[in-house]
Amino acid sequence: MPIVQMFNKELAPSQVQALKFGLWIGMASIIMLFGALTSAFLVRRGVGNWYEYKLPIEFFYSTVIIVISSIVLEFCFRALKRKNEKLFKQSLIASFVLGIGFIASQIIAVKNLLSQGLYIDLNVSISFLYVIAGLHALHLLGGLVTFIISILLAFTSEFAVNDMKILKFDLLRQYWHFLGVLWIYLLVFLILQ
Amino acid sequence: MSSGHHHHEQDALIEKYGYDDHFHEHHEGDKFQFNFLTKYIFSMDHKIIARQFLFTGIFWAIIGAAMSIVFRFQLGFPDASMAWLKPILGKWIIINEAGIGTLEPEFYYALVTMHGTIIVFFVLTAGLSGTFSNFLIPLQLGARDMASPFLNMLSYWFFFLSSAVMFYSLFLSTGPFSGGWTAYPPLSALPQASIGSESGMTLWIVSLALFVVSVLLGGMNYITTVLNLRTKGMSLWRMPLTIWAFLVTAILGLLSFPVLFSGFLLLIFDRSMGTSFYLSDIFVNGMALDRIGGSPILYQHIFWFLGHPEVYIIILPAMGIVSEVLAVHARKPIFGYRAMVYSILAIAFLSFIVWAHHMFMSGVNPFLSNFFVVFTLIIAVPSAVKVFNWISTLYGGNIRLNTPMLFCIGFVSMFISGGLTGIFLGNSAIDIQQHDTYFVVAHFHIVMGVAAFFGMFAGVYNWFPKMFGRYMNDTLGKIHFWITLIGAYAVFGPMHFLGMAGVPRRYYLFDKFDAFSGFDDMNKFITIAAIVSFFAQILFVVNFFWSMYKGKRVTSQNPWGSNSLEWTTPIEAGHGNWPGKIPTVQRWSYDYGKDGIEFTQQHVPLRDGEKPSDH
Repeated sequence: MPIVQMFNKELAPSQVQALKFGLWIGMASIIMLFGALTSAFLVRRGVGNWYEYKLPIEFFYSTVIIVISSIVLEFCFRALKRKNEKLFKQSLIASFVLGIGFIASQIIAVKNLLSQGLYIDLNVSISFLYVIAGLHALHLLGGLVTFIISILLAFTSEFAVNDMKILKFDLLRQYWHFLGVLWIYLLVFLILQ
Repeated sequence: MSSGHHHHEQDALIEKYGYDDHFHEHHEGDKFQFNFLTKYIFSMDHKIIARQFLFTGIFWAIIGAAMSIVFRFQLGFPDASMAWLKPILGKWIIINEAGIGTLEPEFYYALVTMHGTIIVFFVLTAGLSGTFSNFLIPLQLGARDMASPFLNMLSYWFFFLSSAVMFYSLFLSTGPFSGGWTAYPPLSALPQASIGSESGMTLWIVSLALFVVSVLLGGMNYITTVLNLRTKGMSLWRMPLTIWAFLVTAILGLLSFPVLFSGFLLLIFDRSMGTSFYLSDIFVNGMALDRIGGSPILYQHIFWFLGHPEVYIIILPAMGIVSEVLAVHARKPIFGYRAMVYSILAIAFLSFIVWAHHMFMSGVNPFLSNFFVVFTLIIAVPSAVKVFNWISTLYGGNIRLNTPMLFCIGFVSMFISGGLTGIFLGNSAIDIQQHDTYFVVAHFHIVMGVAAFFGMFAGVYNWFPKMFGRYMNDTLGKIHFWITLIGAYAVFGPMHFLGMAGVPRRYYLFDKFDAFSGFDDMNKFITIAAIVSFFAQILFVVNFFWSMYKGKRVTSQNPWGSNSLEWTTPIEAGHGNWPGKIPTVQRWSYDYGKDGIEFTQQHVPLRDGEKPSDH
């Protein structure tokens, strides 16, 4: 796995700190991205011709799944810090599988919408739902790719914990929690509308 | 003083006070650049990436400027034959039986659209900020490289990809996008709206989406590097103003480009998924479309929420470069350093709450407009502070009137001239007359087009010795400057009169309008001035590439007698910038003429009894 090993490069703590800072900046721009969409949603709704519909029930299952995934990842992070290899690997896989579960529940939600005839071009209120949920799912897929890299690294190289590794793993942890919180924000936003 | 001796002295200072990060023990840099491909093409070295941005920017600048010459030719000499352009423009030149060639009107709009897109995004955003943020941030801060050299490389290649897609769109049989660089719906949302709205628009939006990714990756790196990887002693208040400007520029980009991305996303759905975010009540060929309920004004809000910060994303790096280069060649500390920083921050903040001044006439609530008028006019305050400080820096300076300095002074001149007309346009009442006229064209070209180019030229002439180890020819540079300065005023000065008379922008021909028929001579004059100015830029390009290989060699590390850290690196700095330790910073970067000493570099410790001049 030479490509995966590229991510195993030794970095100075200051470099990892800088990466973490970069991640926060990235999160700020993601907030702007969704901030723009939700503001556009409000502005557009004010214009009228707005179709009211019920959110698919799978969105609530998604929420439960992503919250559990975050909690499991938190256990995973603690296991890493305590050098508990077994728990680390188990919870890492579990959290990843739950992430897949989130995507699956989103796909089922879309199927549900389609079966009700709520196509993307039916009304702009539904168009927004597809765009917002779809864009969030894309960001989550990015997180899943990071998961895959972490899992491959965990299972192909020796389990050796140091500060640099903890900091690097923290990048995934923070991004994942961020996406969970972002989802909850989006869901609450959609419910309130 | 021999340069060799000086060289030795500097290295000794770095050796004595420098910080050893054991960089070269790891040989990280070398591992990734063992051949031509990894050293010059897929490089992760910020200095190479900076030059890649610069070369790509120059490529686009030539194309963007050449396009403007073609449509200026149409405006200045509408009756003259353009058959001679047939070999380049092909089917877009229609030749009648008499052999007279005319420019296809559809293509005229495509040229105007592409000119704007290319210059705003590819030249003055990527070419300016991409070049100098990359080049100077690590060098002036005493860092080995960017926080993430890999993402930095990706940033360039996303720009390259974006460029490739846009370039390809120029050769489509239906032509590139032609609905204006702002891409307002419905022209941009309906492929049936015009031929440029077909594949041309699809590629335009793909290209711009890739461009946003490039800006975000770059900006993330710039901010992270500035805030995390400064060398010891380099407090924020000791940073050169270039770095302040690049930092704030990157923050603006990161907050505004994602919003544009959202807007584009909705536009893509409108184009291809049948949604109606922006579309309503549209008739095509007498038939009503079934796309209802959308709001084209919504797109304008989203676009200008980026669009206005974007003009500061363009001008702030130029301001930073001018502040630095002006101080170096006036041999004086920049006047009002802290005021300069605060005014950058104030401009950046205000840039987010003025966007609707681009929309006064597009149906926004006139009462709401009042707020945007007030905030817009307040921008004049920090802008005036900066102008005052530049002039005060020049006052009493021991000025070297070389090319970089001339371009700095030219920048200040342009910024004043173009800034003043901004005060006219910022008033929603006056905008009723001026909107969408040549007055607007004159205003923004002077204040953010020509001015930003002047900042970029000042930067290129000033840091060319650091980039290529050679000087650009100063005589050619001065000729370039004077023709460009006079040429730019000759092009855009008269446009104010056209605009005040109500002549609308973007028109292909005025012969059907009695009101605008009296301006033929003025349009001829503008076109001739534009052609002359264009050839002066060719002079620059020739000077640039000739000097890369044949220019006078740089023989000392610090040829301008400048204080910032980039001039403590070897003349040909390798990966990691400093061969041994990293210099630590002992003072701010503007100690010029202090205690009777011409300049003191930032890594030189305080002399006995010297008071620090930190602000």
